[in-house]
Amino acid sequence: MNWVANNLPLILQRTGDHLAIAVPAIILSFVISIPIGWVAHHYRWSRGTVLTSIGLLYAIPSLPLFIVIPLIVGTGLRSPVNLVVGLTLYGIALMVRSTADALGSVDSNVEQSASAVGFSAWQRFWRVDLPLAGPVLLAGIRVVSVSTVSLTTVGAVIGISSLGSLFTDGFQRNITAEIYTGIVMTILVALVLDLILVMIGRALMPWIGAVSPRRAARNARAARRSGEVTA
Amino acid sequence: MNFLIEAFQFIFDPANWGGSGGIGVRLVEHLWVSLLVVVIAAAIAIPVGFLIGHTGTGKSIAVIGSGGVRALPTLGLVTVIALSVGIGLTAPIIALVVLAIPSILAGAYSGFEAIDRRTIDAARAVGRTEWQIVTAVELPLGLPLLMGGLRSASLQVISTATLAAYVGGGGLGGFLFTGLRTNDYPQMLAGSILVIALALLSEGFFAILERVTVPAGVRAGLPTSVRARPSRSRATAA
Amino acid sequence: MIEFRSVTKKFPDGTVAVRDFDLVIPSRKTTVFVGSSGSGKTTLLRMINRMVDPTSGSISIDGEDTSTLEPVALRRRIGYVMQNSGLLPHFKVIENVATVPILNGVPRRRAHQEALTLLDTVGLDRSLADRYPSQLSGGQQQRVGVARGLAADPNILLMDEPFGAVDPIVRAELQVELIRLQRDLDKTVVFVTHDIDEAFLLGDQVVILETGGLIAQVGSPSEIMAAPTNEFVANFIGAERGKRALSIRSTGSGDILVDSSGRAAGILVAPTAPDAE
Ligand SMILES: Nc1ncnc2c1ncn2[C@@H]1O[C@H](COP(=O)(O)OP(=O)(O)O)[C@@H](O)[C@H]1O
Ligand SMILES: [Mg+2]
Repeated sequence: MNWVANNLPLILQRTGDHLAIAVPAIILSFVISIPIGWVAHHYRWSRGTVLTSIGLLYAIPSLPLFIVIPLIVGTGLRSPVNLVVGLTLYGIALMVRSTADALGSVDSNVEQSASAVGFSAWQRFWRVDLPLAGPVLLAGIRVVSVSTVSLTTVGAVIGISSLGSLFTDGFQRNITAEIYTGIVMTILVALVLDLILVMIGRALMPWIGAVSPRRAARNARAARRSGEVTA
Repeated sequence: MNFLIEAFQFIFDPANWGGSGGIGVRLVEHLWVSLLVVVIAAAIAIPVGFLIGHTGTGKSIAVIGSGGVRALPTLGLVTVIALSVGIGLTAPIIALVVLAIPSILAGAYSGFEAIDRRTIDAARAVGRTEWQIVTAVELPLGLPLLMGGLRSASLQVISTATLAAYVGGGGLGGFLFTGLRTNDYPQMLAGSILVIALALLSEGFFAILERVTVPAGVRAGLPTSVRARPSRSRATAA
Repeated sequence: MIEFRSVTKKFPDGTVAVRDFDLVIPSRKTTVFVGSSGSGKTTLLRMINRMVDPTSGSISIDGEDTSTLEPVALRRRIGYVMQNSGLLPHFKVIENVATVPILNGVPRRRAHQEALTLLDTVGLDRSLADRYPSQLSGGQQQRVGVARGLAADPNILLMDEPFGAVDPIVRAELQVELIRLQRDLDKTVVFVTHDIDEAFLLGDQVVILETGGLIAQVGSPSEIMAAPTNEFVANFIGAERGKRALSIRSTGSGDILVDSSGRAAGILVAPTAPDAE
């Protein structure tokens, strides 16, 4: 506790560094996964190919990936950009499948009726398919968020500052409290981001709270299923 | 690209394979640690998972626990354990077991969940005992998802075992950290390529194993088929 | 007037849902397609608003070949009501009703204002406007579906088994309501059902379909009942089973109508309305 009290500015600084890496990676993986997931969902022939190659991406270990990325992107080894790129790739690996599943979870009756009343394909995607895919998308991005926050710490071993730096520093200087602080803060950041995502979800999907009990149960099941992404 | 060429030169230089810090020894260390961890984790998680799956209780605890572990940074766990038990293999093994358990656990119980309850009721109706139901119905039908769990656990462990070298635990991560200390990017790259190759090999190995062990009728059919059901298949592919 | 000219629809998987179909659907009348499941009713209906395009043949609306029209624009001027209402679950009732006008560029405020009026028209309380569809009963959802179908004030209203999923009492209510609406609004309604009683109740023109969109008989309900063209039709309308072949029997307390197996089926009264069928 003493260590924490004496090092508050450091902790804050590291938390800030951590967020500056994790948050862009989470947002980028969400945004990039949508078109890829849409292709995988929309063109049946592409589904297997897209999902398998994306799955392979996930098979690439993180630390080695962070080391290989500078070679491809041309950034310095210790640049946070490496981490953002690498974490975004992992996020995409998880999120593309969630997106494809999410779009697949939309009731085809509703899609057809939207077309029948005159939504163009483009309008239907933005105003019907995407919002209705929301619950499963949310479940997916929550998983991405938690794993991204946790993976961000790994960059510390190659010298990219984050809450993980509290682990490497604490280990080298034999300060257990520093490592514990790092662990607690990492989990706390993950929890807070998760809470924020849930609140954003509530704000954007007001109809979810209003559904009948039967449909609520169905939504919850779908969400839970895709929540097993990394389980 | 020069770095890449140098990295491959490093890998294919026979001089780098022998000796106590050579590629050969570290590869074996890496594999050995990974195997040990997966076996220990499986020994804990499979019985617990089957119990949850068969009885249907305790699932929410398992889900919450698994979610919590997912949020737990492995590097923090490795270093904090290393500070208390000393450097070497023990700390990474403990940390990796913790990391591996959720995947296997989820594979084990979701394998059970995927089974049509009517199949089990039918087995009960024709007079099978609970034990017979587990071994004759639930095990074979739940196998695909369990295999999926083992697969993703192995992948995670092989990947994360790279961190073992950070606390003096050996393995292929050694090249990464040596390279980092000596500013030898090609050596880091070489170590990274080796770990990536190992991870991909593990994926391939499990892909083949799944084909071999999963009963053809199950693979072809019904709700247990891992790959046919997009909504469930994540439990395996992660 | 909607005109089908030798329309055939063959799906990519080889199913011929409709074969060489010819029909004229008169304006401002209700035409009902009736037939058992898989007879091609939905396919026929969806070819009118180009949700499905015919493999061969042509469909014209008021003389205009629909294949020359832009599908999205065409759909916005044709009302469509489907089973399970097809409402957008994430839109409030009012937003659902106002969907098409808003897509057509009507300002949101005005569209909502008009949507409220439509709720009155279909007999829904305005207090339901801010609910989500899942908070309504099945019958209320169907009414919202009808209101949405009417929102762009289309000349044509397509209805695909709109009352198929509600219980019989509510269905009867909705049928009566539709008859009332049609009397006031005078739309060209094309209605699909597999229920022959519903078809006879609602249809000015009834089209009985066999598998493959084959027309077994076209006519007014009374024409069909009076003279089924073949055994299929007779069977379908229940004449065979004697359900519709009624005769008068005198009982001690007055005359009643009985079916062919002697069960009481109704009473005989003098016609009240001049336009009674
Ligand atoms: N998109 C489609 N692809 C292939 N076959 C279809 C498709 N839609 C309908 N069909 C087939 O066309 C036939 C007529 O279907 P439909 O028009 O839906 O009948 P109904 O509405 O009378 O039940 C059925 O055999 C059905 O299986
Ligand atoms: Mg139909």
